[in-house]
Amino acid sequence: MFEIIFLQFLNGLDKGAAYALIALGLTLVFGTLGVVNFAHGALFMLGAFCAVTVRMFLTMETVTIDPEKLSPWGAPLEVREPLVQAWLGDFGAVLVNYSVPLSILITIPIMLLVGIGLERGIIKHFYKRTHAEQILVTFGLAIVAQEVIKSVFGPNPIPQPMPTDLRGAADIGAWLGMQANVITYPVWRLIYFVFAGVVIGGVFAFLQFTTFGMVVRAGMADRETVGLLGINIDRRFTIMFGLAAVVAGMAGVMYTPLLPPNYHLGMDFLVLSFVVVVVGGMGSLPGAVAAGFLLGILQSFASMNQVKAIFPGIDQIIIYLVAVIILLVRPRGLMGRRGVMEA
Amino acid sequence: MEKSNVVLHVADVHKRFGGLHALADIDLQVEEGKTHAIIGPNGAGKSTLLNVIIGKLAPTSGQVVFDGTVLTGRKPYQINQLGIARVFQTPEIFADLSVLHNVMIPALAKRDGMFKLNMLRSLDSETGIRAEAEHMLEDVGMITRREMLAGSLSRGDKRRMELAMCLIQHPRLLLLDEPTAGMSRHDTNTTIELLKKIKSRGMTKVIIEHDMHVVFSLADKISVLAQGRIIADGSPDEVRGNPKVQEAYLGGAH
Amino acid sequence: MTTFMSRNDLFLFLGFTVVVLAMPIWLAPFGAGYPDLLQRFMIFGIFAVGFNILFGLTGYLSFGHAAFFGVGSYAAVWSFKLLTLDAIPAMIFAVLISGLFALIIGFLCLRRSGIYFSILTLAFAQMSYNLAYSVLTPITNGETGLQLTLADPRFLDAAMGQTFSGQPVPTLLGQQLGGYAGFYFCAGFLILSFFIAQRIAGSPFGMMLKAIKSNQTRMQFTGFNTRPYALSAFVISGMYAGLAGALLAVTDPLAGAERMQWTASGEVVLMTILGGVGTLVGPVIGAWIIKYFENILSALNDNILARFWSFLPEGVADVVVKITSKFVGDGWHLTLGLAFVIVVIFLPGGIMEGVRRIAAAFRRSGSSSAKPSARTQPAE
Repeated sequence: MFEIIFLQFLNGLDKGAAYALIALGLTLVFGTLGVVNFAHGALFMLGAFCAVTVRMFLTMETVTIDPEKLSPWGAPLEVREPLVQAWLGDFGAVLVNYSVPLSILITIPIMLLVGIGLERGIIKHFYKRTHAEQILVTFGLAIVAQEVIKSVFGPNPIPQPMPTDLRGAADIGAWLGMQANVITYPVWRLIYFVFAGVVIGGVFAFLQFTTFGMVVRAGMADRETVGLLGINIDRRFTIMFGLAAVVAGMAGVMYTPLLPPNYHLGMDFLVLSFVVVVVGGMGSLPGAVAAGFLLGILQSFASMNQVKAIFPGIDQIIIYLVAVIILLVRPRGLMGRRGVMEA
Repeated sequence: MEKSNVVLHVADVHKRFGGLHALADIDLQVEEGKTHAIIGPNGAGKSTLLNVIIGKLAPTSGQVVFDGTVLTGRKPYQINQLGIARVFQTPEIFADLSVLHNVMIPALAKRDGMFKLNMLRSLDSETGIRAEAEHMLEDVGMITRREMLAGSLSRGDKRRMELAMCLIQHPRLLLLDEPTAGMSRHDTNTTIELLKKIKSRGMTKVIIEHDMHVVFSLADKISVLAQGRIIADGSPDEVRGNPKVQEAYLGGAH
Repeated sequence: MTTFMSRNDLFLFLGFTVVVLAMPIWLAPFGAGYPDLLQRFMIFGIFAVGFNILFGLTGYLSFGHAAFFGVGSYAAVWSFKLLTLDAIPAMIFAVLISGLFALIIGFLCLRRSGIYFSILTLAFAQMSYNLAYSVLTPITNGETGLQLTLADPRFLDAAMGQTFSGQPVPTLLGQQLGGYAGFYFCAGFLILSFFIAQRIAGSPFGMMLKAIKSNQTRMQFTGFNTRPYALSAFVISGMYAGLAGALLAVTDPLAGAERMQWTASGEVVLMTILGGVGTLVGPVIGAWIIKYFENILSALNDNILARFWSFLPEGVADVVVKITSKFVGDGWHLTLGLAFVIVVIFLPGGIMEGVRRIAAAFRRSGSSSAKPSARTQPAE
């Protein structure tokens, strides 16, 4: 029994980690800029498609038709040769194999630019407008982003293989001194979890220990006062928006091997992430992270057959149900601050 | 003191915000038909006291009694329906509606109560309420602006309109939080005249005010609040002569 | 009559009625004068008018109104299956059920406001959607969607001794509701819906809703319990959504869960915003425009585009076709998204505000001294 529970707990971690990462960015943007960003899921999706694009370039092939040979079907044999491999030999093969983690290097500057461009271009003009209008414009942007991706990459999910060395399962049970082969867990999910931990830790450390972070935190608490001190909050907030976009993008890249990305991936995660943010408490970073993991794990438990036998359909609605209960019982979420978004 | 005349009784009210003791041991009795001013330096707890009376904040301990009814624990709209209206420090108005509608709404609240689903009746058929509102606007000198959007009014006009919104309900108790702040000298004097006029109708008022000119031309009784406590209580002359007050407030301010 | 309805309101109502009833005529030159599309114009017009009562008047942004639309559809189809193929009982049943559903959900959601309210409605709608696909399959028939079959009991029809042969279709007093009959049936409901919305907006109750949107705090200190007001608005708009959903089931008796998805909720938000939040006519126009362009643009393909751009030099034409093809057909949502972003940024009041600005510009150029009248919330 303990093994089953522990396994479900582990199964919830990777999804929880994705929720936590998206919710973290959402909260960061909300807390600093005061903007409700419905396009945040789209940033996650754009990150995932950065990985797709990188792989597409890495796996570009030359196709030559060899008239001498015939394929088993009797047609002239097409000889495909990946360019990267042709140029770089074995190193090229490694590049292709590790395309997903490598994409992060490219995703970071791209998402930073996307984020800053978005903030300077559009979001900036919505600081003073109502939350409803912020929701609406970012909702529109999310539609645009997803439709652009759809028209470029098509409507179908595009699977991204994980590096061959990182496939398979880790015997976590054995690591913890339990019976071998009872609690096994896919290696990539473990990596995702660790990756999320590092990113979240990095963001917190950045906010906690740098002057930049201190100013931003002060700005989150009381924007006007910090503005009066003559500190240019706006520029820092622009960078925070870029940072949130980078976090979402990286989360998207690393998630591709777990779920083949398609154009509506962002919307799917956005709705859930918003619920996560609200459960955690609007404007609370630790709340967003905690709620992300909490809901991921709860969802994993709810999808157990034993649970479904008692509450049919619970796996479909658990997250929303928790959100509804929390909002009604504890209006400010788990760790929300007083007076945020209550008007 | 004649107990029977007391219409509002703030009894042993304490209010703490975390470690801050915003109101301590407040005991205040407002007599029927009188104008009771509450003065004190910034941060003395005047607005907090008003918020406790009106039900916006719950006191940590103690209670507020209005004409035999305990207000503490009631919702703001219930307290209003008992006959208490309030003018806010920054005008709380319906900025997207016309001045006339702004004034009609409280009149409808007085007539229809806290909820009425009268959605098939036309607003144009509410001739009685409309006439009442127009009359009120004439009283405050704003009849020519009745079709303007309230949000486009000047600051002083917003305050006057808010006052009209309260007066049209004929409240038994009117709470005024710095009703003349931000007004020109001329507007201030008009407002004083207006408030004097309604005083003759027997309306009880609690007024918070910085402007001593306003306080001394209106108040029958003054309570001085400093650091969450009432340090003096009495007629304008008594308060004026009280050395503690001069030290805490008048002396410090001037 | 004067106190019942002001002259302006009466003209607006009559004008609206004429425009709607004459749609088959004046939309024909635009290639939209066929019943199928006209029915959708009516149905989504009703949906948007109802949504506007909540969002436009009261200021509560619901992201879950498609749930009520879907519930209305299911309820109507069940009425066809269990009671009778006549449309009127189905409409009544659907409106009552969706109203009840809205009462329960609204009661819970309205305990919060602002973004929390939006998320709560979204959560409830997604729950309904997910349940419709999974556990509630006996009621919703899951992914296949709820359909009419010959074997349905139809107790009322059976009691009246009516029998059918072939595929059952909804009727009105024995007449089939396909084609233009279906359009006029829906048009009647749109006109009725518009009339009621007009009455609400012009009533003291409507003024209270606008006041809640404007300043909820002041409302409370003025002696109003705002929650029953907001709840009434929520239920009314839920009933409108249910009515629209039922009409969709009348014209096409197949109810599927995808009608409840949050993208469908998002669509009605778009319609309302595009047309003009808080105006009476705006949301209807928004619904018409979106449905019209959806119809036109999603039917376009590269061949049609190539013919359209054929006047351009060959190389240029190819590029232009390539680019424009991204915005039509399946890509029509991209156009919609872009249009939406542009409207929110530059014209938050939607098309109605655009019309007002243009009218004001004309008036100014006509007589420079006439200043724009500051009437409250122009009700057009």
